[in-house]
Parts: sequence; structure tokens; C-alpha cells
Amino acid sequence: MTEKIRSSTLDEPKPLAPNQASAPTWPASAQKANTGPLHGLWALTQRDLRKWYGNPIQLFISLIQPVIWLGVFGKALNFGSFIAQSGAPASVTNGIMLSTFGTTSYFSYLACGQLAFVVLFTSAFSGMSVVFDRRFGFMNKALSTPVGRGTIVMAKVFQSVARSTIQAAMVLIIAVALGMDIGSFTVLGVAAAFGVVFLMATGLSALYVMLALRSSDWQTQMALINLLNLPLLFASNAILPVKLMPTWLQYVVKVNPVSYSTDAIRQLLIGAVGTNSIAVDVGVVLGFAVILSTAGIVLSWRLLSK
Amino acid sequence: MMAELGRQGGEGADVIVKVDGISKSFGQIKAVDNVSFEIKQGEVFGFLGPNGAGKSTTINILTTMMRPTSGKATVCGFDVLSHATDVRRNVGVVPQEYTADEDMTGYQNILLCADLYGLPRSDSKPHAEELLKLVEIQDAANRKVKTFSGGMRRRLELACGLVNYPKLLFLDEPTLGLDVQTRAAVWKYIRTLKEQFKMTLFLTTHYLEEADSLCDRIAIIDHGRIIKVGSPEQLKASVGGDIIVVGVREAEPDISSEIMKLPLVKEVKKKGAEYRIKAEMGEEASPEIMDLVRSKGLHVTKISLTKPTLDEAYLELTGRNLREEEGNRMQNLSQRITMNRARS
Ligand SMILES: Nc1ncnc2c1ncn2[C@@H]1O[C@H](COP(=O)(O)OP(=O)(O)OP(=O)(O)O)[C@@H](O)[C@H]1O
Ligand SMILES: [Mg+2]
Repeated sequence: MTEKIRSSTLDEPKPLAPNQASAPTWPASAQKANTGPLHGLWALTQRDLRKWYGNPIQLFISLIQPVIWLGVFGKALNFGSFIAQSGAPASVTNGIMLSTFGTTSYFSYLACGQLAFVVLFTSAFSGMSVVFDRRFGFMNKALSTPVGRGTIVMAKVFQSVARSTIQAAMVLIIAVALGMDIGSFTVLGVAAAFGVVFLMATGLSALYVMLALRSSDWQTQMALINLLNLPLLFASNAILPVKLMPTWLQYVVKVNPVSYSTDAIRQLLIGAVGTNSIAVDVGVVLGFAVILSTAGIVLSWRLLSK
Repeated sequence: MMAELGRQGGEGADVIVKVDGISKSFGQIKAVDNVSFEIKQGEVFGFLGPNGAGKSTTINILTTMMRPTSGKATVCGFDVLSHATDVRRNVGVVPQEYTADEDMTGYQNILLCADLYGLPRSDSKPHAEELLKLVEIQDAANRKVKTFSGGMRRRLELACGLVNYPKLLFLDEPTLGLDVQTRAAVWKYIRTLKEQFKMTLFLTTHYLEEADSLCDRIAIIDHGRIIKVGSPEQLKASVGGDIIVVGVREAEPDISSEIMKLPLVKEVKKKGAEYRIKAEMGEEASPEIMDLVRSKGLHVTKISLTKPTLDEAYLELTGRNLREEEGNRMQNLSQRITMNRARS
């Protein structure tokens, strides 16, 4: 990626320089191109990822919000100490905490929710990247090549999933550094939790990419992100347990895939008592990911060409 | 293999683009209205028309970026609707707008394009360097595109369009917004592509000089319709022909009617000892006129031949002056001067 052809010192090349011995020979074997069904997937994914890691500020900014949540809410809203302050003995406090949050530490509870948070907000911007590619013309370039339409969508989803997973890992590390309870961590549990993060990121990115396929208007996309992300976040168990919500909201939480992924992550990482069994949680998240990414690829055929 | 099966047989082997009555509507607007034409292998075919004429829309349909509302088109032997991927594999596209990735270098952009065409890196790396050299931006190859000037971007777009060794290249307004030097360079590349690589080119333009000096055949398009197709010479001839002025020493006898009988002559006016003759293909008509005048025992004192310009042809065909819409006559003039300098 860093091949140098010649050090770039000249500004504008002389336009009328005599045609040097450039005469490239056009190979008759031009068709040795391999255009398999998924060709170009890695090239497109890498292009987006390079933009991301080439700009560490963006990465840094995306971590600020979860850290604020953890630092302010996680530490300040220390439900355990609230209960303890009322003079309740530790066993009672823990009992209340367990029955409400499924775990004795609200900080650890929230840390798991923050993994869902970072996935939500990173995925939302996968749609934004489609909009910008349309705006700046790159989408047209990609569409004029034999690269599959489904491949274009998949690359957008993959790059977003890669970002989400890595950022979720960073949030987890920060949370541990800030005092998340690691007593229940197992290699398998952490790996499985990241499997859930991966699936959740796939489904959400596919959703946002799909919504952006036809649009070249970033304001609309921005509004759409706010419209969807806030309910997805707050009408879920990511920050507060379902039990503390009004009944009508509980129904929304029940159909929100974010709730299922967070529930699974809590059980896998901190051994919390879940709302559902892990199998149900993972099943719902898997279904969400499969259905939305299939829909994205199918729709790409119709939506990407005018 | 599938590609071969998709090929449509039948038409002449040298026809590379066959467009049969395509139309494209955007709501009420008919951007392209029942357009038909053919492009032959190896020629430079130009679409000449004002803003909004439907040039880009036609290119978008032929490069499978848009679906026509009706009609049929085959490009490189493949139907644009049923074999879109095969069309994309075989043609190169240089769109009107800039499409390169600003955050990557010129070289990386070409490699990315090559990846999208499925070319192996072992092939695309040397090819990218060749192309950068061809469009003379090898010195800026490792700079990010966001630092490129408009001219450099245009060159890069051209290089990207050539990455898959296309047999047919679509160029949408390749010199729009370029300074005279860069425009001259782009013209040079286009000629190189045609002559050295035997490539077929389809370009759109609203510069008459560009169409005149680059294209083998031009289609004049306006309001989504093709008004006339022909070589620049044919289009100019459609104005009514070249003007030949022949001066003779003897005012009498009047030989207008004899001149009129010559096959290429269309109109003769006599004014004193001078004949103003409108004729097709003036170069061939004038010796014939000379011979006739001499055979009548008259002495030619002077002869001049004026060819109509494409501007006149355009004006006559569309009832509008493209130049006026352009509104920068001086720029075109100075450009022509530079062009002449560049050619000599
Ligand atoms: N995506 C679109 N949606 C709606 N209308 C469109 C769209 N694309 C083109 N048009 C309309 O179709 C007509 C032809 O447009 P087109 O871009 O083909 O013109 P053009 O000849 O390329 O013009 P220019 O010289 O300005 O590039 C215009 O009236 C334009 O407004
Ligand atoms: Mg156009």
C-alpha cells in the first residue's frame, strides 16, 4: 500500500511534454481478470477501514461517549450504595440488586450495555458512509465496474462490523480499567459475547446501509439515525432494566433486538441472571442479522441502479 | 464462457455499440427520447449538445448505470439490461463528475479500480504505473487526491477509466472546466488511445472545436433527440456546402448555367466578373470549376474556398447557437490559437 513510484516533488506535470517512451503495450490477455461473485469485497472493505484507522481522532471521539456514560452514570448512579445507604444489610442490598439488575454491580451491568451502545452508534454511520460515497461520486465509480451490487453492500456492512467489534473491545477494556467486575470472565464467555456483538453489528449495519442505499442526502440520514437510535437504545435494557419501565415500554423492549444482545452479553461476560436463556437471545440476534443482511443484498440489486 | 453465450450475433462484426430506440424519462422530463445510433469499431463518436440535452443520461444507460425506460442497446455485443456485468467488464467509463477517493493517493485509486475489475495485483501494479505515465501524473502518484488540481483529477479519472484495458471507452465531457493546456493534453491522450491502442471512443461535449477536431462522427443531440449524425465534414456540408469564389478576367460571357450543371455545385451567383458558387466538397468541386472556366476560354484571376464551420451547421440544425449559450467566445478563440500552436 505504500509503494513509491517516484518521490512527488513536481507540482503540476508539464501537459505538453513529448510523449515519452511511455507507449504501454495493451495486452491481448486483458481478460485474465478474475471477476468471481465476491471479487472486490476485500478491496472495498479495506478502503473504508483505511479511512477509519487513518483518522485516529474519529476513533477517539467515538469512544468518548461510552466513557462518559460509564464514568458519570456507571459511577454516579451507584444503585447498590443507594440501597446500602438506607441502612439495609449487604445481603438485602445484593438481593435487591440481583433481582432488579441480575448482578450486584450496576457499573458492570451498564458496561455490558455500553457494548450495545457503541455498536448502535458505529453501525448507524455505515449508512452515512454510503451517502458520502454517493455524494462524492465514488459510488458511481464502483457501480460502473463489474463488482457485484451485493458486494458493495456487504463491504459496507463488513467495514462497519469490524469497526463496531474493535470499538466494543476498546470499551470493554476501558470498563475493566474503571472497575468492571471480571470475576466471571472466561475465554469462552468473552469470545461468545463478541460473537453476539458481531451479529448485532451485522444486523444493524445492514439496516442502516439499506436505508441509505437510495439516498444522497446526509441530513435525512442524520435525522434517521436519531429517529432510530434513541428508541433502540432507551427502549432496551442497555441502561436500565425492563422491570423499572412502564408496561407499554416493556412491550417495545421485548421486540427490540438490542435487548436480546445485551441480555446475552451480560450472561456471557458477568454471569448475570438473564431475562431469557442465552439460546433464545442468540437465536433472536442471529435471526436479526441474517434477515437484515439478506434483505440488504437482495435490495441492493433494485436500489443501487436508477 | 457465460459471457460468450450472452453475445448477440447477427449484426456486422465492426459495430461495437448498437442503440435501438432508447428513451429515459424522469417523471415528466424526457431526458432521452427514442434515440438510435451505431458506433463502429475504432471510431471516435461524439455526442454534441447543450446542457441538459441528454448526453450524460445516454452514457449512463450505455454503461449500465441507469435502466432505459424503453428501447434496447447492445454494447460490445452484450445487452445493457440482460448482460450488464459483461458490458461493465468490457468498457471503460470516465464520468462527468470526479469519482476518485480523495483520501487515497492517485496510485492507490488506480489499484482500487483494478481490484474492482478483478485484475490481479501482479498485473495491476505495473499497469497502474503505465497509466500514470500515460496521463503524465506519475510525479504526483503518491500524493493524496485531495491535493490534486482539477486538471490532475481529470487525468486520474482518465487513467481509472483505462484500467481494465477497455476496447471501448466512454468519456463524458472529458475537458469540461479544464484550462487550455490540460485540454490540449486530454485531446492528445484521446488521439493516442485511438491511434496507438485502436480503441473505440464515445465522448460527449458541448465544445464544437472538440467535436470537430476529435470525432470521426458526431451526433447532434438536443432535447433528448438526435437531430443529425454524420462526420464533421458531412455536418458542415449539410449547411449547403462550401463557398467557392472564382474571379475571371472576362465579365462576359456568363457561364453560370454551365457551372450549375457540374454535379457538386448547388448554387451559382454572378456579380460582375466574379462567381460565388456554393458547392459540396469544395476541394473536389473547385478544380472541376477551374477546368470548366478554362475550357470556355476564360482566364481565372483568383479563386478562394471557404468551408462552413461546425458552428454554422449547429446553428442551422438546432436553430440555436451553442457558442452564445457558452458565452465565452474569447476563451474558445484563445483556445483555438493555443491548439494551433500545440499542433505545430
Ligand atoms: N437523476 C435524474 N433525475 C431527474 N432528472 C434528471 C436526472 N438526470 C438527468 N435528469 C434530467 O435529464 C435531462 C438530461 O440530463 P443529462 O444529464 O443527460 O444532460 P447532459 O446533456 O449531460 O447535460 P450537461 O451538458 O449539463 O451535462 C436534464 O433535463 C436533467 O435535468
Ligand atoms: Mg452531462
